[in-house]
Amino acid sequence: MMRIVSTFYAALIYGFVFLPVAVLILFSFQGSLFPIPPFNGPSLRWYGAVLTDARLTSGLGNSILVASLSSFTATLLGFLAAWGFARFTLPASGALRALITLPLMVSYLIIGMGLLIVFTSLGVSKSLFAAGIGHVVINMPLCFAIIYSQMGDHQANIERAARDLGASEFKVLGLITAPMLWPALFAGFFLSMTFSWDEFVIAFLLTRFQTTLPIEIWNLLHAGLNPKTNAVGSLVFGISIFFAIVFEIFALRKKPS
Amino acid sequence: MTALLSIEHITHNFGKARVLGDVSLQIASGSYTILLGPSGSGKTTLLSILGGFLQPDQGRVLINGIDCTSMPPAKRPTATVFQDYALFPHLSIGNNVGFGLRMKGVAKSERDGKARAMLSLVGLGEAFDKKPHQLSGGQRQRVALARALVVEPAVLLLDEPLGALDLKLRRQMQDELKAIQQRVGTAFVHVTHDQEEAMALGDHVVVMNQGRIEDEGAPERVYAKPATRFSATFMGESTIIAAEAIGKSQVQTAFGKFKIPGAPDAGKVQLAIRPEHITLGGKVSATVSDVVYQGSFKRIVAVPAVMPELQLLCKIPAETEISIGEKISLNIAPDKLVLLKEE
Repeated sequence: MMRIVSTFYAALIYGFVFLPVAVLILFSFQGSLFPIPPFNGPSLRWYGAVLTDARLTSGLGNSILVASLSSFTATLLGFLAAWGFARFTLPASGALRALITLPLMVSYLIIGMGLLIVFTSLGVSKSLFAAGIGHVVINMPLCFAIIYSQMGDHQANIERAARDLGASEFKVLGLITAPMLWPALFAGFFLSMTFSWDEFVIAFLLTRFQTTLPIEIWNLLHAGLNPKTNAVGSLVFGISIFFAIVFEIFALRKKPS
Repeated sequence: MTALLSIEHITHNFGKARVLGDVSLQIASGSYTILLGPSGSGKTTLLSILGGFLQPDQGRVLINGIDCTSMPPAKRPTATVFQDYALFPHLSIGNNVGFGLRMKGVAKSERDGKARAMLSLVGLGEAFDKKPHQLSGGQRQRVALARALVVEPAVLLLDEPLGALDLKLRRQMQDELKAIQQRVGTAFVHVTHDQEEAMALGDHVVVMNQGRIEDEGAPERVYAKPATRFSATFMGESTIIAAEAIGKSQVQTAFGKFKIPGAPDAGKVQLAIRPEHITLGGKVSATVSDVVYQGSFKRIVAVPAVMPELQLLCKIPAETEISIGEKISLNIAPDKLVLLKEE
């Protein structure tokens, strides 16, 4: 009896979480004009419509560009910051570390507004570049936290050995530290990709003519619900899941001792 | 003779704690030097200063007559074997060993050749393409040794290199280390707290305690004629006997008068004697308070009747029947008593 109740409860919870996505995906395969029951698919006509829509495909391209470049930058800066905190004695190290991870707690709206004001006063126009910087701001603390947690004293000794054998500081970083930490670097990169990929608020505030996919979807929704929005939503979801799985592979894989 | 490595008046503090106090030491080329001491004696700090990982507060380090005190590790003619081996986990064994040559700009084919030669010298010729995690502790140790030796350092520094190995492997690696050192002829400076390791490996033993050098010299000399009380009890065991100098190189103890060359004319002195120089059958009557069977001998603690606060350590033949509480008589070899330096 207990078992039936708990199974039922679990089904409810998972249904609550995943039913909207499941409905979205189901009706993206709708054959008729309206994303409402009865379902009369499956059909790929709306996916075809998405891929021939110039605004959506350019949004897709822009999103991939912004996500990969901003994630790369966030990972690089996070790595350097983690290395600095882990390997050097800095004044007020604890407070500075807390400060660098603080953007994780601040709402994207606040960060986006702040950047908008700064960019406006600096004369930086709204663009994909500006949105990319915004994504670096939100993802760098995350990359820092992931990479910093993987830097231990054992690696410090390995770096010392490299230095002892004649490696310059630059070579130690490039040939020893970064390769040793590659699971953390990849995890940081792919988690950043996930967040940048479907980030809306900052991109909305900081882009104008060329924009990212979430903004294009939002524009599409102005015209009302249609199965095309479901198809593009399913694509976004699929790609997010891909990034999330890659992240899990690197973050959770067992390290050889 | 100019020493290969010369340490001049090195003093170093960690915060307010003095870890090295005015340490001076000369190391000859081709020698195997052991820095022996308990934890906190400053031996590892001294090694870090030699390797360039630490700048001493005062004093100088000269290698081949060149002042290296503030030279970074990369520029020094030293190479270090770390206690945890510190192999590069993402590189193959061959690339680990070839790393130092790569940093010197040696071409790939040449450094691979040298790495292979060095790996076969340490008995790991077949491990070239493996990764560090595929090797056992003893094998990783050898890779660390090969990696440091392949750059042909003037001095090889070893930080408790056998500390992580089990006893049997440790004794085996000891013999190999000594053989490798004799083959390559490089000066080794080896830090350990294991006095057996020190005696087995070193031709120059430096006994350290509380940031100072207590004694140094050939292991035979340090063992037979320890300079200080610390040296007498840390490198092997000793019984310390209090005595009174009475002039004419003679001292008075509870066990009678002894002639000790170099004894002062008056004042309190301390004598040390090794357990193997106190034997059964003599004039000193004592009571056995402890017996430990050690396989090849029995180590006993005996309390002499004339001086009940003293514990005499003796080694007696393993087959001797003896039990706690038994009354025995002992002989203290007079010529084996060592006069210790004032502390």
